[in-house]
Amino acid sequence: MDTLFQNILNALQWGSFYALIALGYTLVYGVLLLINFAHGDIFMVGAYIGFFVAHFLLGTYAFKLPTALSPPLIFVLTILATMALTALVGVTLERVAYRPLRRRGAPRLYVVITALMCGLLLENGNLALLGASRRSFPTLIPPTVYDLGGVLVTNVKILVIIATIVVFFFLETVVRKTKLGMAMRAISYDRMAVPLMGIPVDRVIVFTFVLGSSMAALGGVLFASAYPVLEPYMGALIGWKAFIAAVIGGIGEIRGAFVGGFLLGFVEIFVAAFFPSTLRDLIAFSILLVFLSFRPTGFFGVARATKI
Amino acid sequence: MRRHLGLWLYLAFSLVILAVCHYQALTAYAQLVLMFIGINIILSSSLNLINGYMGEFSCGHAGFMAVGAYVSSILNVWLFTSHKVFGPPVLSPSSAVYLFPVTLLAGACAAALAGLLVAFPSFRTRGDYLAIITLAVNYIVKSSVENIQVIGGARGFMGMRKVIEEMEAVWRIPWIMFWILVFTGLTVWVLHRFVSSSYGKGIVAIRDDEIAAEIMGVDTRRMKVAAFMLSSGMAGLAGGLFAHILGYINPGTFTIMKSTEVMVMVYLGGMGSLSGSVLSAVVFTLILEVLRPLQVIKWVVIPLLLILLMLLRPEGIMGNRELTDVFPGLHRWFSAHKGV
Repeated sequence: MDTLFQNILNALQWGSFYALIALGYTLVYGVLLLINFAHGDIFMVGAYIGFFVAHFLLGTYAFKLPTALSPPLIFVLTILATMALTALVGVTLERVAYRPLRRRGAPRLYVVITALMCGLLLENGNLALLGASRRSFPTLIPPTVYDLGGVLVTNVKILVIIATIVVFFFLETVVRKTKLGMAMRAISYDRMAVPLMGIPVDRVIVFTFVLGSSMAALGGVLFASAYPVLEPYMGALIGWKAFIAAVIGGIGEIRGAFVGGFLLGFVEIFVAAFFPSTLRDLIAFSILLVFLSFRPTGFFGVARATKI
Repeated sequence: MRRHLGLWLYLAFSLVILAVCHYQALTAYAQLVLMFIGINIILSSSLNLINGYMGEFSCGHAGFMAVGAYVSSILNVWLFTSHKVFGPPVLSPSSAVYLFPVTLLAGACAAALAGLLVAFPSFRTRGDYLAIITLAVNYIVKSSVENIQVIGGARGFMGMRKVIEEMEAVWRIPWIMFWILVFTGLTVWVLHRFVSSSYGKGIVAIRDDEIAAEIMGVDTRRMKVAAFMLSSGMAGLAGGLFAHILGYINPGTFTIMKSTEVMVMVYLGGMGSLSGSVLSAVVFTLILEVLRPLQVIKWVVIPLLLILLMLLRPEGIMGNRELTDVFPGLHRWFSAHKGV
């Protein structure tokens, strides 16, 4: 019984990571109908930026801050600064690679190739710049383990799950209640009519990338706090898994990203509990294959009819 | 004589290469590069059938390559050599000389069957979703191989060297180079005949407008199955040959990186241009060899190259033209190839 609860908790944590990353896929897809394959690597970039920001604030580098900050404050500042900086990376990517293609009206295939290559570029650029040695993320929140009737809970785990739930309600409000959210939904509904209504399409798209990338950055810092090992390829596989989560939930739907993320988390943790854990990736990708073959729109997605 | 000039030229070229290799006039390294060029030609021209002619986006070519590589290697090791898992040879080792192409083709067939994994979902999905399916298949293949301990799992599989040695014991010629030359020529010829046949034109019709093609009487489903099976089968062939060059394969070779390499070759050469694929496979392999000392930088340069290509010249070097369109004079010499 205890292991069951322990597994459920682990699944919730992994599901949170998947959900946070899946959001970025889903937001961009909802607006642009583009699968931003570089998003998993934005997550990786987020974790690395978090690493440098945290070390900067801790005063490990030559430059010292005038006053020493308390660790919880550093953690909060790290998250905020990382979210801002990573959003900048995401927007740069959009500006340099995707926007010129969109302006020219290039076929979507070219955009997909570009996105895939941007991801590889981020991974290997990082590898070339910073070297292959792994880095360990500094411990900002001193780990505390609570024992709830035999189930062990760390404070990081609770933080991750709570942060994800907060993000869910925040994004639902943004997309459903604000003007920008309405513009985002409008663009995905009719790309041609929206500019005619005086909505600044490019600004909305930039905003979408800011949202998606900063959520990936949040995920990156939280992930690095829970599993403090950074390496350039850390975003590749988790990015793909998050994408699977987005597809299962129905890509383009925020609810879908969360449901898909938690579902994938549960499946993976419980597969690893009963089968050899090397089968985890195999099963995750097989689920994707089956889902795409039989229900490409996922749980919440609506099939788009193509007019001839 | 002139009608088959291309064939004769290729035969003469192959004989020269074989003779040069046989008398050790080329260094082992130069021979290796030549073999990789041949394999890359097979890979890029077969992927061009899907990504260029059919206008789909398949980024899991390395997965099919892995299927072909493993199936043909295992068959060869099981049949012709004594192996600590598969036991003593089943057939006499010297029969490898005749049966090597058969096992290679068996690997290709297995890869073609794996291609069905992609072909069936492609009925309902297109574009980026199909791209993910191909990618998932690549991961699934790699992950399954890693989980099968009998064939070495993540440690890899070896012993194919002995098969080549058995063949060389019967008749001392550079066997692996011989088969690469044969199958490279065969692949390019088959693909050329296929895409210029009236049946094969259906593939280009699917690229231009799937619904219109369906209405005009192209059986799009059958066409897709045929194209995916042919393409992945040829990737399997390339994988089988690749496995026998070094005599060692491991699942880490057949990752998305490998698929990307092939994709770069296709897009560099031009979507829907067979001669472009051949040309870019040659150029790209040579570039890779030049960049080899810069291990990590290489993988920064390749994606950057493709991004720039998409931004500046998305149609590639050749566009969808063939060499004979650029130099019409060639028509006179290769008229047989144009089916005239």
